[in-house]
Amino acid sequence: MFSWLSLHQEMIYIVILSVFLGIEVIGRVPSVLHTPLMSGANAIHGVVIIGAIIVMGKAESNNLLALTLGFLAVILGTLNVVGGFVVTDRMLEMFKKKK
Amino acid sequence: MELNILIICYLIGSVTFIIGLKMLSHPESARRGNLIAAAGMAISILGTIFLYEEGGVKLGNYIWIFAALIIGTVLGTIAAKKVKMTAMPEMVSLFNGMGGACAALISIVEFDHLNHQIQSGGATDSGTLLIIFAGLIIGTISFAGSMIAWAKLNGRIKDFAFNGQHIMNLVIFAVIICLSAYLIISGDPAAGTLFYVVFVLSIIYGLFFVLPIGGADMPVVISLLNSFTGVAAAFGGFLYDNPVMLTGGILVGSAGTILTILMCKAMNRPLSNVLIGSFGGASSGAASKDQGAYKEISISDSAVVMSYAKKVMIVPGYGLAVAQAQHVCHELEKLLSDKGVEVNYAIHPVAGRMPGHMNVLLAEADVDYARLLEMEHANEEFPQTDVVLVLGANDVVNPAAKTDPGSPIYGMPVLDVELAKLVIINKRSMNPGYAGIENELFFQPKSSMLFGDAKSVLQKLVAEIKTL
Repeated sequence: MFSWLSLHQEMIYIVILSVFLGIEVIGRVPSVLHTPLMSGANAIHGVVIIGAIIVMGKAESNNLLALTLGFLAVILGTLNVVGGFVVTDRMLEMFKKKK
Repeated sequence: MELNILIICYLIGSVTFIIGLKMLSHPESARRGNLIAAAGMAISILGTIFLYEEGGVKLGNYIWIFAALIIGTVLGTIAAKKVKMTAMPEMVSLFNGMGGACAALISIVEFDHLNHQIQSGGATDSGTLLIIFAGLIIGTISFAGSMIAWAKLNGRIKDFAFNGQHIMNLVIFAVIICLSAYLIISGDPAAGTLFYVVFVLSIIYGLFFVLPIGGADMPVVISLLNSFTGVAAAFGGFLYDNPVMLTGGILVGSAGTILTILMCKAMNRPLSNVLIGSFGGASSGAASKDQGAYKEISISDSAVVMSYAKKVMIVPGYGLAVAQAQHVCHELEKLLSDKGVEVNYAIHPVAGRMPGHMNVLLAEADVDYARLLEMEHANEEFPQTDVVLVLGANDVVNPAAKTDPGSPIYGMPVLDVELAKLVIINKRSMNPGYAGIENELFFQPKSSMLFGDAKSVLQKLVAEIKTL
């Protein structure tokens, strides 16, 4: 466990700093933008797709489990990313129009 | 060299996520912020596909990867373009569930991989196992929970709770934790099947976690599950030593948590109360005493009082959104303004189904921003307002939140519509609202009911006012 900690020391620092960064960035959002913000954040956590791509990309051709689940994971991840950004854009498009 | 380019790609990705989130918090820059984050995401994804290597070996299976990317992009774009503005919250929930499922699937594949290693005599690394389990459990709960939230907002399933459900949930959760801890610490290859038991239990936990929570609280739940998925993505970042997954995931995790708390604040209820409260259950039974009679008002009478009023305040609620009546509503507003009536909208922070949802819907109908008053401002205006038109809102105008300590919504800030001279309430029927609570406002002498679907009622009102 301790070796794991020292191995991931930098990442643990990133985690802690990112937590505070997230709070700082979000803390000042007007309530009008809460829905687009939630949707935008939803698209950003779609970054998990990178993990799915790695799983898929390094699966051996005889490993059916990794291939099928990886394939499914990439589709789901893409849905999350693309759907999320497009929906957010649609919402924000209407905000722009009012001027 | 190529790995260095990948590092730069990930750096760009992480920075664009931060800048994107930051820009999303200002109305003028929000749209650009979203596009910037999307561009950073595209760079990170493409960089991973072409530049990522592990032990000097590049990724393969390009056909599969691109096929999946194309399928996902086409389906995602169609779904996101076709969804109605009113159905936005459930769409977000659905996409969130996809992300959770993606995280869970990664964990399953990686566990299988690790299990083979252990069986062939490889060393176990409890840290890696911990990450895999955390990704699996959080991702799965987020997936199952999001699906329930989606189905609830869709109206496909109703609230469902039974006695002892919270205790059962706690027990399931404890079993998940104990099983995972045992597997992580022992690293016993024979116990590999227990991993799938944890998976199934996590699905069950996710289902029963969201099932008893009332429909009105779904936005809070979606926001919470959104941050769950963020955390699950961050565990993926640990698994692959991937900085962009880590920063993206944690940013969303913390931002989602803050957003959840902000939403709870708007309802003046602690998060624990939302999660355990089983809103809309039998708790309001004692309050259902006889409230007396209510009176109705006709379309023509409503048209007359509104046309000759000085100040009219419209209180839009979910009923307006369901009826897709935002455009007619705007037409009514223009018509009254032309007659010299001052028309404003009073927006409760949790009106609609998500904070800010009402603003999105009204913006779609070209309503001027200056006319949208936030709650505090609107409450100052009500005493000088002649007519309040409540369109399909209920709990956000319920005076019980101020007067009845026994009410489930006691303490929630509400719009003080009863301070106006006349209140016209449009509802489909006398059924209580989302929270299942009676609203004494309807029985007050100042109030009149105008029954019917918000859209058709507004259309008739518009027609009536035109003839005046």
